[in-house]
Amino acid sequence: MIASSATNAPAAWYLVLAALLFGIGAFGLLTRRSALIMFMCIELMLNSVNLTFVTFARTLSDISGQAIVFFVMVVAAAEVTVGLGIVVSVFRRRSSTSVDELSEMKG
Amino acid sequence: MAAVATWILLFPLIGFLAIMILGRYMNERQIGVVGTGAVVASFVFAIITFVLLLHHSSREVTVNLFSWISVGSLHVPAALLVDPLSITMCLFVTGISALIHLYSTGYMHTEKDFRKFFLYLNLFVFSMLLLVLANNLVLTFVGWEGVGLCSYWLVSYYFDRDSAASAGKKAFIYNRVGDVGMLIAMFLLFSRLHTLSYLSVFSKAGTLSPTIATLTVLALLLAATGKSAQIPLFNWLPDAMEGPTPVSALIHAATMVTAGVYLLVRMSPVLALSSSGRMTIAVIGGVTAFVAATIATSQKDIKKVLAFSTVSQIGYMVLAVGVGAYGAAIFLMISHAFFKALLFLGSGSVIHSLNGEQDMRKMGGLAKYLPLTFPTFLIGWLTISGIPPFAGFWSKGDVLTNVFEHNKPLWVLGVLTAILTGYYMSRLFVLTFRGTERFREETHGHDPHESPWVMTVPLVVLAALSIVGGLLDLPWVHHDSLGGFLTPTFGYVAAGGHASTLAQYGLAAVDVAAAIIGLLAAFTIWRDISSSTKYEIPFLEHVWHWDDAYDAVIGRPLTEAAQFSDDVIEPRVIDGAITGVAVSVRRSGEGLRKVQSGFVRHYALATVLGLAVVLVYLVARVA
Amino acid sequence: MIATAYSVQGTVVFTTAALLILIGALGVISVRNPVHAALSLIMTLFGVAVAFVAQSADFLAAVQIIVYAGAIVVLFLFVIMFLGVDRREHIQFEPLVGQRAFAGVGVAITVAGLITLMARSHWVSGAVSVSSKLSNGSGNVKELGTAVFTTYLFAFEATSALLVIAVVGAVLLARRERSAMSEEEAR
Repeated sequence: MIASSATNAPAAWYLVLAALLFGIGAFGLLTRRSALIMFMCIELMLNSVNLTFVTFARTLSDISGQAIVFFVMVVAAAEVTVGLGIVVSVFRRRSSTSVDELSEMKG
Repeated sequence: MAAVATWILLFPLIGFLAIMILGRYMNERQIGVVGTGAVVASFVFAIITFVLLLHHSSREVTVNLFSWISVGSLHVPAALLVDPLSITMCLFVTGISALIHLYSTGYMHTEKDFRKFFLYLNLFVFSMLLLVLANNLVLTFVGWEGVGLCSYWLVSYYFDRDSAASAGKKAFIYNRVGDVGMLIAMFLLFSRLHTLSYLSVFSKAGTLSPTIATLTVLALLLAATGKSAQIPLFNWLPDAMEGPTPVSALIHAATMVTAGVYLLVRMSPVLALSSSGRMTIAVIGGVTAFVAATIATSQKDIKKVLAFSTVSQIGYMVLAVGVGAYGAAIFLMISHAFFKALLFLGSGSVIHSLNGEQDMRKMGGLAKYLPLTFPTFLIGWLTISGIPPFAGFWSKGDVLTNVFEHNKPLWVLGVLTAILTGYYMSRLFVLTFRGTERFREETHGHDPHESPWVMTVPLVVLAALSIVGGLLDLPWVHHDSLGGFLTPTFGYVAAGGHASTLAQYGLAAVDVAAAIIGLLAAFTIWRDISSSTKYEIPFLEHVWHWDDAYDAVIGRPLTEAAQFSDDVIEPRVIDGAITGVAVSVRRSGEGLRKVQSGFVRHYALATVLGLAVVLVYLVARVA
Repeated sequence: MIATAYSVQGTVVFTTAALLILIGALGVISVRNPVHAALSLIMTLFGVAVAFVAQSADFLAAVQIIVYAGAIVVLFLFVIMFLGVDRREHIQFEPLVGQRAFAGVGVAITVAGLITLMARSHWVSGAVSVSSKLSNGSGNVKELGTAVFTTYLFAFEATSALLVIAVVGAVLLARRERSAMSEEEAR
């Protein structure tokens, strides 16, 4: 079923929603200490970007927006793969995943 | 004429170079011959030049040697001016120098650095001749500095003695202070007249404003006080007695110290423009003469008495310049050269006979042991005291007569000084040659011996000159006298010697009376040395505490400022600025280091804050 | 330009999507148990999928569910279980001084800035594209496919290579060192 543009909510609302989602994701990234939760917040931020692109694709009638989202998803998948690999290799020995413990690279 | 005049200058220079280059291969006798011969040759040529000048059409001859400085509007040639004043100076400078060179060959015998002595002495004569023969202020200044330098070298001849080294430095530094005056005078004259050669300056001098003229005169006075040891720069001369006695005789009695007077006399056309300047000169001269005489009464070292006596006599000369009696000043300069050199060389003979003892308390009764030194010294003593018919009576009398006509208070000061002169010289004479023998300790029981002929011949010659020196300028002879010869040089001829004959006789009588009062006082007091101590006043002995005052006011504050600079300013301000830069760089680096906390979340926060800033900027731009 | 007539249908769909998204997001950042956080994340992803469908991105909605919710979140759960960190995290106490305050301020400014910029630019509704026009009639898959395999072919190939690299990298990273030592012991 293809929704017609006439029956859609205004693009502005979706854009605001995406901005809020981005904000929430950013706040969570800065505030939580667990590496895995931080990753999930990054996923939230990526999703907000996707939402923005799709909204613009709709309003500007341009398929490029959706194509970009496609690629973002691919990259996000790759990123999660490698990132969780890192998390596993770093936190294998410890019992917690708190990133605050990884502070040897201080000046 | 030009060639002859140039050779006056060249002989001492050749002597200097010869001794410098070949000296180490020559023995004492040869060095002595070269050194003395150079000056004797110079004297001979000076006589020849004098005769030529007498028969010359003009009394001012310029001898151009070469073009020296030529920059913009400043043209300073290396040129000589042969005129009555300069040739007079040359004659007595070379004559006395020749006698003293001869004397030194005996006095400095077996000194370890005989060569060095004659080296510097010849260079000194060259510099002095350059000073008096130059035709412009800059070349004079070269000679001026040259004599100061040689004086420094010769005063600290015994440089391994701390006191001698310090005395040399003191002499040089005081001279330097005076040199500032000469430089300022040169600057002032050049800035207004655009020339520095004497003849041009004199012809244009009338265009100077009174203020500039006065400033120039005062600057020249400053230079003169430095070189001729007047107040306020006289303290170096007594200390300069650390040098060997011939040096004291030549440089610090007869020649260098008269350079200041020569400069003022040479610049007489400029002096003519400033009556306040001349008054200052006269006051300085008179006061110095008096103060120095008081100090001389209480000195224990024979050479120090003579040193202060020199300061005092030059004070008379400066006083004469101040009242415009230039001829009298030069006359006194020449006769002073005769008798002061005589006295110094005589004291050198005494010191030599007592194996170096200079303290008068350890002398006495030497008359019978020194058959040539004693009579010559006696003549010198009578001359300086002003007893007729010796030269001192005529020359000092000439000065005092001129002063009387212009400034009565200064004349009174002059007469008081004459009394004191008689007193302190008689005291010196009595303590040294008469009375009980107090020197047996120093000579280890031996009798003192007379000096060799090289030392006594100059004494005899100088004594003869002191006797007949008065003939140079007898008061009733106006044309064929020294005064007459010199008059064309002075742009301003003081109205001197126009007192009535009765006044002149009266003044002469006053002079003689003053001398006799001084003599009698000394003979009475100093017959018995034990009564002496109450007549030697410590305040006078310590030079009116002048040195202490300079030390307290100038020396110590400057030293403290330098110390402060070294302790505080150097490490804190200068080093501090540089290390401060380094320290602040280090501290800022350490501070910035803390940004790298090691926490990922801090870095993420930094990124987000940066993003926020960028967005605020963009919003602001759109708004 | 905002459409002047709001349709009821569009509003309802939007509200649903918005609620799902925001509640899920807030859940992710505030629950203590990581497994619960993963579940909140799924809720958000579903909300985003709904928004995608509402805006004619059907294929992407499907991919979102399958790849994001289906694969990535499952991967998260694998790792959580594997590392055994399903214990609670102390979120009340924040060791880094001022982190929360600054984070709050920064995020607030960022979001406000974004919204302001978009509002000032009239919600960025420019010209309608000519070349790759989104049409209502044909299928979304066909258009998306055409775009990916023609206009964005290079990006496609690059991301494929990226996937291969990511797999190789992940295997290398997660390898146990013991296997290297056991190989040596075996010799």
